[in-house]
Amino acid sequence: MSAQTATELSDLLLKQWNRDPANLLQILIALQRDLNHIPNEAIRYLASELSLPQSVVEGVIGFYTFLHRQPRGHYDLLFSDNITDQMQGSRDRAQQLATALNVDLGATSEDLGLSLGYTSCIGMPDQGPAALINGKTLTRLSKERMDQIADLIKQQTPVDQWPEEFFTVEDNIRRRDILLDTVLDKGAALTSYLSQGPDKLLDEIERSGLRGRGGAGFKTALKWRFCREAKGEDPVVVCNADEGEPGTFKDRVLLQSYADRLIEGMTLCAAIIGASQGFIYLRGEYRYLLEPLQQELQKRRDSGLLGSTIQGHASLDFDIEIHLGAGAYICGEESALIESLEGKRGIPRIRPPFPVTQGYLGRPTVVNNVETFIAAAMIADNGADWFRSRGTSESTGTKLLSISGDCARPGIYEYPFGTSIQTILDDCDATNTQAVQVAGPAGMTLPASEFNRVIAFDDVPTGGSFMVFDHSRNMLEAVQNFADFFVHESCGFCTPCRVGTSLLKKRLEKVIAGHATGMDLEKMIEIGHLMKTSSHCGLGTTAANPILDTIEKFPLLYDERLKTTSFEPAFDLNKALDEAREITGRTDPGAYVEGGGV
Amino acid sequence: MSGKVKVATTSLAGCFGCHMSFLDIDERLIALSELVEFDRTPITDIKEVGPCDIGLIEGGVCNAENVEVLKEFRRNCRILVAMGACAINGGIPAMRNSFDLKECLEESYVHGVGVEDPQIPSDTEIPLLLNKVHPIHEVVKIDYFLPGCPPPADTIWTFFEQLLNNQPVEFTYRQIHYD
Amino acid sequence: MIRHFTLDGKKIPFREGQTIMEAAQDAGIYIPHLCYNPEFVPHGSCRVCTVKANGRIVASCTTPATEEMQVENETEELQGNRRELLQMLFVEGNHVCPGCEKSGACQLQAVAYYTGMLAPEFTYFYPMRTVDSSHPDVAIDYNRCILCELCVRASRDEDGKNIFSIDGRGINTHLTVNSASGKLGDTDFDVHDKAAQVCPVGAILPKHEGYNIPIGQRLYDRKPISVVGDVADHQEE
Ligand SMILES: Cc1cc2nc3c(=O)[nH]c(=O)nc-3n(C[C@H](O)[C@H](O)[C@H](O)COP(=O)(O)O)c2cc1C
Ligand code: SF4
Ligand code: SF4
Ligand code: SF4
Repeated sequence: MSAQTATELSDLLLKQWNRDPANLLQILIALQRDLNHIPNEAIRYLASELSLPQSVVEGVIGFYTFLHRQPRGHYDLLFSDNITDQMQGSRDRAQQLATALNVDLGATSEDLGLSLGYTSCIGMPDQGPAALINGKTLTRLSKERMDQIADLIKQQTPVDQWPEEFFTVEDNIRRRDILLDTVLDKGAALTSYLSQGPDKLLDEIERSGLRGRGGAGFKTALKWRFCREAKGEDPVVVCNADEGEPGTFKDRVLLQSYADRLIEGMTLCAAIIGASQGFIYLRGEYRYLLEPLQQELQKRRDSGLLGSTIQGHASLDFDIEIHLGAGAYICGEESALIESLEGKRGIPRIRPPFPVTQGYLGRPTVVNNVETFIAAAMIADNGADWFRSRGTSESTGTKLLSISGDCARPGIYEYPFGTSIQTILDDCDATNTQAVQVAGPAGMTLPASEFNRVIAFDDVPTGGSFMVFDHSRNMLEAVQNFADFFVHESCGFCTPCRVGTSLLKKRLEKVIAGHATGMDLEKMIEIGHLMKTSSHCGLGTTAANPILDTIEKFPLLYDERLKTTSFEPAFDLNKALDEAREITGRTDPGAYVEGGGV
Repeated sequence: MSGKVKVATTSLAGCFGCHMSFLDIDERLIALSELVEFDRTPITDIKEVGPCDIGLIEGGVCNAENVEVLKEFRRNCRILVAMGACAINGGIPAMRNSFDLKECLEESYVHGVGVEDPQIPSDTEIPLLLNKVHPIHEVVKIDYFLPGCPPPADTIWTFFEQLLNNQPVEFTYRQIHYD
Repeated sequence: MIRHFTLDGKKIPFREGQTIMEAAQDAGIYIPHLCYNPEFVPHGSCRVCTVKANGRIVASCTTPATEEMQVENETEELQGNRRELLQMLFVEGNHVCPGCEKSGACQLQAVAYYTGMLAPEFTYFYPMRTVDSSHPDVAIDYNRCILCELCVRASRDEDGKNIFSIDGRGINTHLTVNSASGKLGDTDFDVHDKAAQVCPVGAILPKHEGYNIPIGQRLYDRKPISVVGDVADHQEE
């Protein structure tokens, strides 16, 4: 523990972050890291120094999963809880550790200084079970490794002295196509920009047909053009490296091994739209990438490819800052991301205005996915025809897929758009496949009868998540995992999503416990449709998908568990008498009721 | 419908206010009695509900006995109606849901004003309390809801009139109230 | 040139930049809403004002009107959606109308009456929430807060006091008060503040005036909200 007071530390951080309220979240993340929590003293100090209401600072802390007002242990261990982690035994490992150390999951043990819990997918399903310890990524948590970790904690060994191999993150690239196979020389895209000029290059990107790789599939050239033509001053380039969609990890690999190309793509975009400021919004779960990315940025600066007078051109003046997230899936939604960049709660904005006209601090802002920037850089160097040599007419080029779950070879696969699900399953050695969840919990659940469908914007669109389930799996466990995920990740702003996610979770639990009837399914469909049509943002409009999809395409999952009564109570009648039985000590027949419905 | 329509009513965790309001339909009761015949109600003193066409439930579900009676009604009534705020959302009795059951019982039987021989009763004659008070639609299927605390006599009358005449049940603006 | 869109078959004029809601209000047409109040920046969170514009369901308070837009408002489908949204708000909090001083002049109730909602048919949450009566003139009953953030907006944008904020996430989202104790009594909140006048429900209530107007004679007891208008319009004497 450092001898610094929370106020002194806050002061240091305020200086480092220019006393700018827009950097509040970054300051809070740093405080959390150093003090294991954000003490009231720091909250008061920051509020007064940044002229913010104290309750606003508290509200920011309260929004992000990784920020706490109560101290966490100096070992803060969070197991990744995506369904594919669970399928690799994550829950057993967590329990193993809890038992070995005699602590409760979800609690903090004072003696050991250990907090133990679960968190949403941390993007390592190809090398799980995985966890975060003090924000650092642990992979391949075998039983043996768990025993070792238990010993390390018992001996109070500091995390930076733990064996390095615990923290190894592999790329696992299994299939390469034009994007990963083509070499991009440092600065080549910028050279191309300098020789062609912005208009011709935008035309070229437009002709390539490049659409956003983050999920929504908006035409990239169009977005850049809108921003370029927007009235506001001082545009901004933002890379969305939030990669929060459970089961997706392709951006992680790109950030780890292709960061230079990303920076090149962002710089290209900056040159075209006339931006001098850029951000990489890096999800908190990928904190281990922060220093390597900063080094990549520095390398580019050192070689005159970033900063002022890029490649000797005074007009090219662009630099990039990295902002961390702090555990909020919604911050991948571009307008919530911008709010978060501004140091606020990640609540999606009302649109219009769109970010391209009024984004970060009201300035015109391009937000693109990691893969999109890289593709744009490659197109600038290799031309539209090169890009169009792959894919279909509506979905040009290739797509990186993050494949995990029941297959022999999980990892990154680059495919031309138009590749069928079955081909992909064959390539990753998936056998006996029951279902594939494409595009994460928000996406589609596909049964075998639909494996002939193809990855494409107009068929099965995806940001990159591809989770495989074989016939040994109970798909309802996946559906429940997804429902829990959305309850946890709903930002709480709008009624249908805030309340609907919890209502769906309750009903689903009723189904799984075998207490539901057909009426419950009808109610779930009704709630799901309301969320789909009435929610404020994409999280709410897609959160019911796993339930709606499986009710439609896997009816047996539900039918098998339904009661034949027309109605079953919403709660366990006998359990509701537990407390009274305990208080009165009664065990007579009158102290019980007949459970179930009529 | 042939013959008279059989109606049963009961009050669970309620105050009989809804029943009073029902009686408030005044002279229309006579018209109603031409059409209906009462089974178990607080008025008839029949203790067990038999097969009925319509069951009116006042009050939410707060104890084991409420659960049993409600289910018995559901088994016997073709149409089951939640009558009044408490049946619909627990109402005033549900205000105890902001406290633990233990807190509530201790407040009444241990720390309460004027309590002699403080102890929480455990007599087997007394129905055991549920952790929380629940609306009746969480325990059985409900076919119609008559809001109000109590529902205005006019709302109750309109309900019967429309239902008995096989019309869709629809209320005017002033017939819908939650207070 | 005045431009028009169509709302439930009627031609409605609008000015450039107006939302569907604003144009409808100017034309005297009621679209149900809770978090919308024309005096403050639109919020779009309650979703009760959702309409169908050119086939898409959108919040009318945040969606700009456009020429020739075809808007549906009072269809059975939309009223059904609204009833469900209202039910969600009811079960999410603790609303015991018979014991609430706001009853009869509460906008949540009024919109529910207007859409013909008879009962919340979802499973109740029964959240454990508190009442803050620390302030001499105003009480906050968090059981009834529907997170419309009107008090937040009013205190920030009009009173310049920033008394209210939002904390938590998802279903744990909640209203907070900006003071070290979190109590309203420890702020400079005043009963004459704008923020004391805008709560559409019985969450922020003035003290000392219980049941001045008898139940049965209150704002929405006789006439629907579509005729009487928002409760905030009737709160400032
Ligand atoms: C709930 C939600 C989460 C999202 N998460 C991400 C994400 O993690 N990464 C991403 O690139 N896009 C994400 N998006 C999509 C972004 O809003 C936005 O469309 C994208 O960043 C634009 O970049 P692109 O055009 O390059 O795809 C998300 C959208 C929603 C609604
Ligand atoms: S849909 Fe969900 S995540 Fe999106 S704004 Fe509404 S509550 Fe927030
Ligand atoms: S705030 Fe409105 S809906 Fe809630 S209890 Fe009071 S009157 Fe009823
Ligand atoms: S207290 Fe009232 S005005 Fe404030 S957010 Fe809650 S419901 Fe809205």
